[in-house]
Amino acid sequence: MAELLYEDSLPGGSHWSLVMPAGSLLKITDVEGGANVGMLFYNPRNLLERYNAPDTLKCQHTFKLTTGHCLYSDMGRIFCSIVQDDTGWIDSVAGTTNKAKVAARWGERDYQHQRNLWKQNGYDSFLVEVAKYGLGARDLAANLNLFSKVFTDEEGNMKFAAGHSKAGDTITLRFEMETLVVFNTCPHPMDPATEYPRKPIQYALYKADPVAEDDVCRISRPENGRGFENTRRYVCCAGH
Amino acid sequence: MIKESLLNPTDVAYRETVMAGDYWMKVVKTGQTIRIVDSEGNQAADTLFYSAANPAERYSAVDTIREQGNVYLSAGTMLMTNECNPMLEIVADTCGRHDTLGGACATESNQVRYDLGKKHMHACRDSWLLAVSENPEFGMSKRDITHNINFFMNVPITAEGGLTFEDGISAPGKYVELKAQMDVIVLISNCPQLNNPCNAYNPTPVEVLVWN
Repeated sequence: MAELLYEDSLPGGSHWSLVMPAGSLLKITDVEGGANVGMLFYNPRNLLERYNAPDTLKCQHTFKLTTGHCLYSDMGRIFCSIVQDDTGWIDSVAGTTNKAKVAARWGERDYQHQRNLWKQNGYDSFLVEVAKYGLGARDLAANLNLFSKVFTDEEGNMKFAAGHSKAGDTITLRFEMETLVVFNTCPHPMDPATEYPRKPIQYALYKADPVAEDDVCRISRPENGRGFENTRRYVCCAGH
Repeated sequence: MIKESLLNPTDVAYRETVMAGDYWMKVVKTGQTIRIVDSEGNQAADTLFYSAANPAERYSAVDTIREQGNVYLSAGTMLMTNECNPMLEIVADTCGRHDTLGGACATESNQVRYDLGKKHMHACRDSWLLAVSENPEFGMSKRDITHNINFFMNVPITAEGGLTFEDGISAPGKYVELKAQMDVIVLISNCPQLNNPCNAYNPTPVEVLVWN
């Protein structure tokens, strides 16, 4: 059984960041159901290396992300693998909310009166978190939306799946290299909820077991075998 | 949506051929129209757009597809920035569909997609990195290399969430035309990809025309 390092929680409409070591697990729980976790990844040793959604989708021939998929940097390496996903579909193409969109749908972001129940948006949350590492708007990219599903019809029209994630659903990421994880619990930009969705999450960090040769993520596609080898070559030389 | 242009090539203000493996980086002014021509067919023109006034504001694939509610680009699509401002409108298109999910090839992603030994082969992101290095007046670097449009590429999504790479639906002479809603830096990498059957392993030139 993997060793628990610590666990914590984050209310809805909030943001945080973590540096995950190579060989660690991040397990996130949707406490009430209907959560959304906007997430981006960077290499803390070279912040110019960051999560690349197009490379991730293209090399695994997938539009959705779920158990067995790997999340790639723009340098051909695997930040982390999705080793478990109760929801079966993680959105990677719909981006995040901004101040104007939140105001139009759910009302103005107003800290003066609402205090921590203000209607924070994902774009500003990302800006605040990445600025802690010297990054800015130029460094943001297409983000993951954990616990949210966006699918398409035959004409390519995008649809948001309401009620996709249930209370207690979990997603576990295994980090294959040291990774800066930036995340927020702001609403999904396509969520049609009439009230600002303020959904809490819990997260727990564990030491991961060594990756087996027949690991589901390593063998799910031949591309991922090469991605693991690229990552091994980097990690073995970088003294992680 | 197929929509032909009313503009006449004899009236252009600017015209240039971009060979496979080369880049094209110029400012297109508000109200100008840029046409990219797939000269020989099924050639990917991997294109990025930035606000000339503030390159931190740039084309955003996710904001564009979410705001129009559709993952494919064609005539009628408004390209949006990362600040959700209208940037360029696709005003004519004789191809019918363009991809913005698949991104651009890189030496590193070629290793993953094709073979670890492919890292020596030229790739679009090499062209962009050379472009931002050779044009320091724009103040850009690798930080600014973001998610692009692949004009003339066909990357359909299945109902089960698969992403497939289909034979091209473009052909020699097909084009896409965009009208600028702001002053934009246009950065095209004419794709040098030699591993992908969609261009029959034969990268070919594209042509760029600009009307006032």
